[in-house]
Amino acid sequence: MAEVLRIYRRLLGARLRSEWQYRTSFALLLTTSFLVASLDFAVVAVLFGQVDALAGWSVVEVAVLVGVGGLGFGLADAFIGQVDYATTHIKAGTFDQFLLRPLGPLLQLSAAEFNFRRFGRLVQPLVVLVIALPRAGVEWSPGRLVLLPLSIASSAAIFGAVWVATSSLAFWTVDTQQFANAFTYGGNQLTRYPVDLLGGWLRRLATFVVPLAFAAYFPAAYLLGRTDTYGGPPALAWLAPVVGLAAAVLAGGTWRRAVRHYRSTGS
Amino acid sequence: MRVYLEVARTSFRRQTAYRAATAAGAFTNTVFGFLLAYVLVAVYEERAVVGGFDVSDAATFIFVGQGLLMVVGLFGDNEMADRIRTGEVVSDLSRPVGYQGWWAATAYGRAGFHFVFRGIPPFLVGALAFDLRLPAASTWPWFLVSVAAAVAVGHAWNFLLSLWGFWLLDARGPIALGWLAAAFLSGMYVPLNFLPEALAGAVRLLPFASMLQLPVEIFLGQHTGPGRAGVLAVQLAWAAGLAGLGRLVLGRAVRRVVVHGG
Repeated sequence: MAEVLRIYRRLLGARLRSEWQYRTSFALLLTTSFLVASLDFAVVAVLFGQVDALAGWSVVEVAVLVGVGGLGFGLADAFIGQVDYATTHIKAGTFDQFLLRPLGPLLQLSAAEFNFRRFGRLVQPLVVLVIALPRAGVEWSPGRLVLLPLSIASSAAIFGAVWVATSSLAFWTVDTQQFANAFTYGGNQLTRYPVDLLGGWLRRLATFVVPLAFAAYFPAAYLLGRTDTYGGPPALAWLAPVVGLAAAVLAGGTWRRAVRHYRSTGS
Repeated sequence: MRVYLEVARTSFRRQTAYRAATAAGAFTNTVFGFLLAYVLVAVYEERAVVGGFDVSDAATFIFVGQGLLMVVGLFGDNEMADRIRTGEVVSDLSRPVGYQGWWAATAYGRAGFHFVFRGIPPFLVGALAFDLRLPAASTWPWFLVSVAAAVAVGHAWNFLLSLWGFWLLDARGPIALGWLAAAFLSGMYVPLNFLPEALAGAVRLLPFASMLQLPVEIFLGQHTGPGRAGVLAVQLAWAAGLAGLGRLVLGRAVRRVVVHGG
């Protein structure tokens, strides 16, 4: 394990040096990542310029959702979002190289396509959370203090699992990355708002099938002491780590099955 | 002229090769349409009208907007920039066809394809769940011309951003940043009507409203009579202005191209 981490760190170092070759572009891309995330919150701010509440949630309450979900999404994006590129390697036949080396192909892919600019995405939700939490009237208890970091980690696990599972489809269909985007980037969009405002079928889908409701909604509701959650009591927030773990295991299994299905281009 | 038509046709045909990708893309546009529309509907739970839009206008805006994203190319396109970085630009420049016109023709070919296959499906599916508006028959030609103008503005913007490649080599940064601003200011994230009035007024003066907000407003029948012709004139003016600027910059940029032998 330590050996794997050492190799991973060295690979990331190589990536950093390579990104540093085009400095202006790197700086602009890092800024862009930060701004993309900021615009997400800008939309929330614009909407709350028109109304005081969305589905009964105030702007600080929605900000907590944005913070928890945004950090989870940002972490997943930085460390596992690289599976987006599986389709590129499958198309070009260059996925071969990952299978020839003595390291898990998912880890290699994550290292080979690592983009340091993706960390730019984490700044905005962190700032939003730090500003929103003291204003949201959270009644801090040991339970809530434990749940906050745990829910961010679970959120990252859920997003990561969704990323891997949906991108695995590329091994069968080659270029359907956009399909995965509906669940990953779409998931990011979905978790920014209380699921109450979604149509019933979509809400059930996000609770029971693609468990995005556990990536921000239930934990945020629990932190905020809300009792009006759809789909069950806010105490379901404590299920988030379990959901995250289960999703990760399922996604890992899907990925391994998918990789076994890989056929090279033969050229 | 014929050669550009041919380039556009080839570009259209090239898109038809990616059937699974097109279906997946239309699916994603539809999902985003639903997610965004539900959020705006929640806004209308609190208020009946926002910035002159009622709930049907807003939902229609979202689905028409999702349909136009790829047509106008609101995520930016790295193809021209990549060919500058790799040096393939030399063969592009030595073709007996105008460089700018050649890229514009590919943009139009792609836009035509996306209009049909990425534009219509999200709207049809969205109409199943939301109360969407269709324009009057007489509005359709205006809408189509407005979309064509939006494609020109979008392409001119992408061309300008890609030209950075002649100086920076890697223009991906400017393209990403340039399109991020453009997408937000075009009304893609949220209709400009939802912005505070003074801000909305200022944003409308920028070329980005011509890429999405204005064509969708025409679709919704927000403009009639001379006002509608005025909207179109604004779009065409931006298209001509940005394309003219692109031509000027291109003139300086090509002098920076160095062909290494060997």
